[in-house]
Amino acid sequence: MNFSIYDFTSFNQWIDKFLFDNLPAFWAIVVEMTIIGLVVLLFYALVGLFLVYAERKVCAFMQNRVGPNRVGPYGFFQTIADLFKLLMKELVYIKNADRLLFNIAPFIVIIASFMAIAAIPFAKGLHAIDFDIGILYVIAVSSLGVVGILLAGWSSNNKYSLIGAMRSGAQIVSYELSVGLSLITIIILAGTMQFSAIVEGQANGWFIFKGHIPAFIAFIVFLISSTAETNRGPFDLAEAESELTAGFHTEYSGIKFAFFFLAEYMNMFIVASIAATVFWGGWMPFHVGGWAGFNHIMDFIPPLVWYFGKTFFIIWIMMWIKWTFPRLRIDQLLTLEWKYLLPINLVNILIMAFIVLMGWHF
Amino acid sequence: MKEIINLPVKNVEEEEYHINMGPQHPSTHGVLRLVVSLQGEIVKSLKPHCGYIHRGIEKMCEKDTYPQIIHLTDRMDYLSAHINNHAVCMLVEKALEVEVPERVTYIRTIIDELNRIASHQLWWCSFGMDMGGLTCFFYGLRDREKILDIFEESFGSRLLHSYYTPGGLMMDIHPDFQKNVKAFIKYFRKKIKDYDDLLTGNIIMQLRTKGVGILTKEDAISYGVTGPSGRASGFACDVRKHHPYGVYDKTEFKEILGTKGDTFERYMMRMHEMLESMKIIEQLIDNIPAGDYKAKMKAVIKLPAGEYFQRVEAARGELGVYVVSDGNKSPYRMKFRSPNFSNLSVLDHISRGCKIADLVAIGGSLDYVIPDIDR
Amino acid sequence: MNSFFKYFTDIFYAVKSLLTGMKVTGRYFFSPWEIVTQQYPENRKTLKMYDRFKGEVIMPHNEHNEHRCTGCGICETACPNGSIEILQAKIDMPDGKKKRIIDKHIYHLDMCTFCGLCIKSCPSEAIVWGQEFEHAVFDRSKLTKILNKPGSSIIKDIVE
Ligand code: SF4
Ligand code: SF4
Repeated sequence: MNFSIYDFTSFNQWIDKFLFDNLPAFWAIVVEMTIIGLVVLLFYALVGLFLVYAERKVCAFMQNRVGPNRVGPYGFFQTIADLFKLLMKELVYIKNADRLLFNIAPFIVIIASFMAIAAIPFAKGLHAIDFDIGILYVIAVSSLGVVGILLAGWSSNNKYSLIGAMRSGAQIVSYELSVGLSLITIIILAGTMQFSAIVEGQANGWFIFKGHIPAFIAFIVFLISSTAETNRGPFDLAEAESELTAGFHTEYSGIKFAFFFLAEYMNMFIVASIAATVFWGGWMPFHVGGWAGFNHIMDFIPPLVWYFGKTFFIIWIMMWIKWTFPRLRIDQLLTLEWKYLLPINLVNILIMAFIVLMGWHF
Repeated sequence: MKEIINLPVKNVEEEEYHINMGPQHPSTHGVLRLVVSLQGEIVKSLKPHCGYIHRGIEKMCEKDTYPQIIHLTDRMDYLSAHINNHAVCMLVEKALEVEVPERVTYIRTIIDELNRIASHQLWWCSFGMDMGGLTCFFYGLRDREKILDIFEESFGSRLLHSYYTPGGLMMDIHPDFQKNVKAFIKYFRKKIKDYDDLLTGNIIMQLRTKGVGILTKEDAISYGVTGPSGRASGFACDVRKHHPYGVYDKTEFKEILGTKGDTFERYMMRMHEMLESMKIIEQLIDNIPAGDYKAKMKAVIKLPAGEYFQRVEAARGELGVYVVSDGNKSPYRMKFRSPNFSNLSVLDHISRGCKIADLVAIGGSLDYVIPDIDR
Repeated sequence: MNSFFKYFTDIFYAVKSLLTGMKVTGRYFFSPWEIVTQQYPENRKTLKMYDRFKGEVIMPHNEHNEHRCTGCGICETACPNGSIEILQAKIDMPDGKKKRIIDKHIYHLDMCTFCGLCIKSCPSEAIVWGQEFEHAVFDRSKLTKILNKPGSSIIKDIVE
């Protein structure tokens, strides 16, 4: 039993063995699932809170302000204070709202993002489940969130919410396509859909370098379309606070609003992790094929640092984009997808396939 | 059954539905209510409902003396408070045939232009915010703060100054005024490049505004749309140029006219106007003549019986002040022709057939200040 | 062919304009020393308002608890919204005549619009602008102030 911060496989196996040795098989599985559930839940809450804080600070600095600085050092506990505020708020019941759907909607949104987290590898051996169709699973699960948004808009008996929900329906359905296709570009290069295999495949160089031009284009397309898929600015048409007050969650208050809010940030985290994993090597340190000495030095930095470093860098880019650009209009949003991203993507896949066929990648 | 009978049958057939934008809505910048008929996302027609912030300023003026009226005109279009006051002061001075010292006219002109820049800066912030770019809001406010600091140093308040008074000024400008204004212009010439980089050149902003909400010159004239919004349509309506007051006739500045009259043109008008205003200030700031800061006025100002009218170019268009006096110390009737009211009236006309997002952009480009509409 | 080129030039210029915008925000992100926000309650000690700042109307008193107000009531009439009320009192002068003096100079800060007409119109320059700006109170009756301090009297050399 030797566990290190570089490889969690033996650690997991040790827990697994310990539980199965001491408990009947059924209960061992139950305990395992509970542990994983709790860990993911805790992780979810912590990352969510941290991202809200980070977003505020980042946007503050971009806007020449200092941002939250009252609660705790540098305002670090601001989001926790906000959480308590939201927990204590009254849950307003809307007249003529469809009570059941109205209450279910935030849970659907949050569960969708919750499920996606399960497949993401944080470090070697540190993932809840390693499907052999990991990417497909994540794409499928993360698009479930739109159901929650549609329900929220439909059931709140508010025209603003309804417009917001309809917009987000059109938006997510279109951009789902680009997300999928840009990931397929990399799947062609990697030859697998399993996350752990994709990461291992980048041991001698990240895919964005190995696949050079088409991989880079795919990354840009993925960044744009996944920003759109998570309903973040400049694609936040579903919320569009200057047009629709708050879009689909206009009528939500208290903890239900917090669910939507948290889900938005977690979706951003998930999208950034996928981008980091697929294009930038996930937890894999920066390796250059053939430079054994250099690779060895890079290996000393723990994978978790690599993973979170890359993810937060991509999140930072997404925040940068959000706080710079004005919002698109709904028809321009669809033009961008169908007229620009989709054709570029398709051509890009062809190029990538050709490059892989000819062996022109590194 | 009852609800079904009560449904407006016509609208069901045309599949239109109504939403209330306002009185509490982020894009109306105040308590304006727009009842918008929509078909999907497309605006079919809209009806502005004004009056949520009606304070009866015109009626209140009838009980106030002329110096007291100043503190009410401050509160009409609070973003061009000085310019509103200028109109009233000039009206009184014209009626009494008082010659104000040259120093006063110079100072008034400079401060009017500073006020115009500050107003356009705030417009830029809120326009950016309407378009969804929240960062603009902070940059604009940061720069506006510099002007407000200059104002605060000289007259002690930042938004509602009550600085002009019939016959002159409340007090002389601060000794540092000239220095600070020059420093500001130097600062702002640098920062306005950020504005262009961040919003003007941005492709999203251009796509969203070009060709949207087109107002033709004929319509601008017949609806009485003045100010930058009117000039964007090619309607030469700058009072400073065509009926000069203050020392505008001694300065050189361009009256910028647009051709297309769309939202982008209206946006560009204001961006250009900020530069022109800075040019005017630069010409005047070093030449403020020495002298008194107010003319000799009687303790109680009474206008001779009759009708008087004075217009100025406020930040949003032409402001007219009309007074009927019966020889008393307060006006018999006072009427303001406020630019925002006329500019709002065209909103329905130009936003038909565009999307909700466009409506917000058009509203932002018309730049209405609600307290001026309702008065 | 033309439209084909336009497709790509469009993309090129779009991306360029977007990158220019990102340059601006990016630059501010990495230059936090340009932040202009004031840390208000912390800088209270050093915070100084401009000397012309219109905080509230005050009546300065000298060290003998004397002010310059004669109680003439001109400020009351000059005020456009009735923020000032003058209560006068009569006192017996040594020579047997009766004289009006100020009893209470009541100032309603909650109604004042800071127009400055009262200060400008006061013939004996008894009232001036104060620099106090932290006026928040929990009870609006606290905003009604009596400007002449209790037991104060008028400076001798002021003549009406
Ligand atoms: S400043 Fe104006 S409103 Fe305030 S008390 Fe004096 S005259 Fe009245
Ligand atoms: S403050 Fe001045 S104007 Fe007012 S009552 Fe006193 S002396 Fe008269």
